[in-house]
Amino acid sequence: MKGNGDIRIGFYICHCGTNIAGLIDVARIAEYAGTLPGVVVARDYKYMCSDPGQDLLREDIAAYHLMRIVVASCSPLLHEQTFRRAAEKGGINPYFVQMVNIREHGTWVHDDAEYMTGKAMDMVRAAVLRVYAHQPLERKQVPITPDVLIVGGGIAGIHAALTMADAGKHVYLVEREPTIGGHMAQFDKTFPTLDCAACILTPKMTAVKAHPNITLWTWSEVEKVDGFIGNFTVTVKRKARYVDEDLCVGCMECIEACIYKQGKFPDEFNMGLSKRKPIFIPFPQAVPPVPVIDPGQCLHLKKGTCKDTCVEICADRKAINFEQEPEYKEIEVGAIILATGFTPFDATRIPYYGYGKYPNVYTALELERLVNASGPTGGEVRLPDGRTPERVAIVHCVGSRDEHYNRWCSRVCCMYSMKLAHLVKEKTHAEIFNFYIDMRAPGKSMEEFYNRISSEGIHLVRGRVADVYPETLEKKTNGQIGRVIVQAEDTLIGRIRKIPVDMLILSTGLQPRIDAEEIRRMFNISCSAGGFFLERHPKLAPVNTFTDGIFLAGTCQGPKDIPDTVAQAGAAASEALALIDRGVFELEPNTAYIMEDDCSGCKSCIPLCPYTAIAFKEEKQKAEINEALCKGCGTCVASCPSGSIRQHLFEDEEIYREIRGLLAYA
Amino acid sequence: MSDKPKIGLYWCASCGGCEESVVDLAEDILDVVEAVDIIFWPVAMDFKRADVEAMDDRSITATLINGAVRTSEQEEMVRLLRRKSAVIIAYGSCAHLGGIPGMANQFDREQILRYVYEDAPTVVNDEKTRPATAHRFNGSEATLPVFHATVRALDQVIDVDYYIPGCAPTPALLKAAVEALLTGTLPPKGTVLAPDIALCDECPRKESKPEDLRIERFHRPHAVMADPDTCLLAQGIVCMGPATRGGCEALCVKGNMPCTGCFGPTSRVRDQGAKILSSLAASVAADEEADIISILSTIPDPIGTFYRYGLPGSLLRKLLSQSSWTGGTSHHA
Repeated sequence: MKGNGDIRIGFYICHCGTNIAGLIDVARIAEYAGTLPGVVVARDYKYMCSDPGQDLLREDIAAYHLMRIVVASCSPLLHEQTFRRAAEKGGINPYFVQMVNIREHGTWVHDDAEYMTGKAMDMVRAAVLRVYAHQPLERKQVPITPDVLIVGGGIAGIHAALTMADAGKHVYLVEREPTIGGHMAQFDKTFPTLDCAACILTPKMTAVKAHPNITLWTWSEVEKVDGFIGNFTVTVKRKARYVDEDLCVGCMECIEACIYKQGKFPDEFNMGLSKRKPIFIPFPQAVPPVPVIDPGQCLHLKKGTCKDTCVEICADRKAINFEQEPEYKEIEVGAIILATGFTPFDATRIPYYGYGKYPNVYTALELERLVNASGPTGGEVRLPDGRTPERVAIVHCVGSRDEHYNRWCSRVCCMYSMKLAHLVKEKTHAEIFNFYIDMRAPGKSMEEFYNRISSEGIHLVRGRVADVYPETLEKKTNGQIGRVIVQAEDTLIGRIRKIPVDMLILSTGLQPRIDAEEIRRMFNISCSAGGFFLERHPKLAPVNTFTDGIFLAGTCQGPKDIPDTVAQAGAAASEALALIDRGVFELEPNTAYIMEDDCSGCKSCIPLCPYTAIAFKEEKQKAEINEALCKGCGTCVASCPSGSIRQHLFEDEEIYREIRGLLAYA
Repeated sequence: MSDKPKIGLYWCASCGGCEESVVDLAEDILDVVEAVDIIFWPVAMDFKRADVEAMDDRSITATLINGAVRTSEQEEMVRLLRRKSAVIIAYGSCAHLGGIPGMANQFDREQILRYVYEDAPTVVNDEKTRPATAHRFNGSEATLPVFHATVRALDQVIDVDYYIPGCAPTPALLKAAVEALLTGTLPPKGTVLAPDIALCDECPRKESKPEDLRIERFHRPHAVMADPDTCLLAQGIVCMGPATRGGCEALCVKGNMPCTGCFGPTSRVRDQGAKILSSLAASVAADEEADIISILSTIPDPIGTFYRYGLPGSLLRKLLSQSSWTGGTSHHA
């Protein structure tokens, strides 16, 4: 084995209380390390990460003129930075430190002391040999553009935008629908407080519109994202609204004046339960209060023949503009918060629930509109034939906790099903049956809410609904809609129950947006198994992504209720703020780099980079790595067919020396 | 004998193509002969082993050895030439990397001998006679060299000063090497006397290589009509160009055939086959294991494709017979 020349190495093994020293003889390993080439001081210490432990490093660097440090302790994820900082304070390059993980990779997973002592010696030897070849490295700094982009104008995006804007940052809030508000705007009351969703949401929507630091672009979509942390260039497409936002005063007279005297087209906001005109506003409190024209429905835009009564009434304001074209805006932002929300589970995917087949089977979101005072029925819960239902069933977990559909619990359905049970009972005095698998009421005030509603005289049937079918196959002569029978095994009494109801409500779960995969690609982030966006760490970095500078808020990351969504939006905003206020971003130097003279320009590395950090430079006919995007994963380094990509901190010599050290026993 | 530099040429396990490549210098060979004395060249001139043994140590300026080392005779000869030569140049893929004969390291000696002398369909050998290292006949003894267990590249047997790559090397590389030798402008010892950049750099089809190959299946060169202008990899034909040292003037690609890797890897690569494999495997247009396997199965002979010239010196090296496994017991147990 080659020696370590004149390099002077200090070796330290941590007891970590009894985590490490409880199994292996740390003094023996320190003694062994002292015999390795270049090691001039080898010590064991109770807690290397403590202040005295770090002081020990610093003092030894001075006393022994140490040039390299090896610390055998826990995972580098925990304390690599600690020891690098200590080395830096001691006056040597922080990247001259190598850690040996003898805890997570050692004493925590082994119980044979003798075996583990031998393994620790191998690992220590590998690190001592490796650290010899370490090169001094420097962190580079990238400036951060202070503006921020928030994608999605639901409650998450709204809350994050207001938080950032209140802190003095300029926010671009991009929403693909004609108004902000998201799903929350469609809800009637919210659990567990039963306060009116609109009453708490609309003031925040108005505040967004009025805020001087927020540029609100509704009816707009992100088209392209380039760049990297602190320096994103984003192209936003502003779809043609055909009503000029700057000129419109929100009088809504154009809608009134439309040649269509009645609504003719399904109203998306009301889940198709009412009709709207080609020129419309989703709901009265929409922000911005500017109508939008559907070009596929408007007679002028579709056929070119219309009396243009809307233009006439708008008169001098001239806000209606049939010539409007989509507009592309390019913006520079330092951070991005994704708050793109969820899609409710499509109930037609489970045919035996009869949604779309029986007119009295509704989804929960449809019910939200039905019970809402500004909804299609003015808040009255009525069947399509106009009757008030006398018996209503609510099915929990529709599409959730089901291996055929979505495996996850959608977290909000139990509580919103209880809420709907309360609201429907309050409005109709109907007999209510809730079919549930397990009643899940975690979170503040949720169990109390459950207890309150369940004492209101509703029937809670524990059982998954197996079938829904008509009570009678004969058509009613009076135009009435027949009852459906809900069949389920009541697992508490061990009986099959068949309950005829007038109305069936399906509590559909939450799932990722249909285009979540496209969004994921565009922003270069990852998705979890179910397709929700993946956070960097489920506990310790829940709003960060693996792409620096891009944060997550709300249900795009996973099902959650409004309080959690708002809390997460606040967290995402403060992460983004912390980034922006720092002004610069430090890049870890363990990046890959291309040796330009050696690169043959074969392009093999380019599609492999998970961070799209590599580009082909036509003028040089060579590949080039953007250091700010590189995460040091090493994929390109390993794959470069001509060995022309190298990586700081993972140079061939470092790796080969480490392997040699590890296998020296053989 | 004159004072001109003395040059030797020798062949080991090779096909003779490298010898041909020397002749391919055409009229330039006259300049070479003018400048040097060729003192040993079994394929062309009548010198014997005893003549070499009689020379002073290091008296030969340089010896170019082609072919891999398989037999005891080859080993003895290269050791002798090493002693007698100031500079040893491994000439051609077989001496450089093990070459085509090196692919025999996929089999052990017994498998090879049994096939060649018993099982091959064209062999009639009911007595199962095999070559013996010594045989007495009519009172005299005839001997044959020992057939070693593996094929080795030249530098796995003796110390090598320089390498001229190629199967066979191009006349241009040979000429440049001889010039460097005569003018004393050789680079540091151990250098491969060819550019240290992959073939794509000089490939006339470079611009047509897409960033993402998305290979849906591989084609063998004889099975398709390859477009003469498009990157062969983009056509699903395994081209070793990205993982192979350039300097050959892309002759195969200009002949509408893929690079098979004869120049070996660049100096920065430890294992040429592993490198092209990790790069190509990432270009397979499938995500599911079954689809990946089905695409990769369109390469019928992976070792012959990716390790055609470099098996002996690669990380794979050779077949380890079952009996030589030591098993996976713990070293600390």
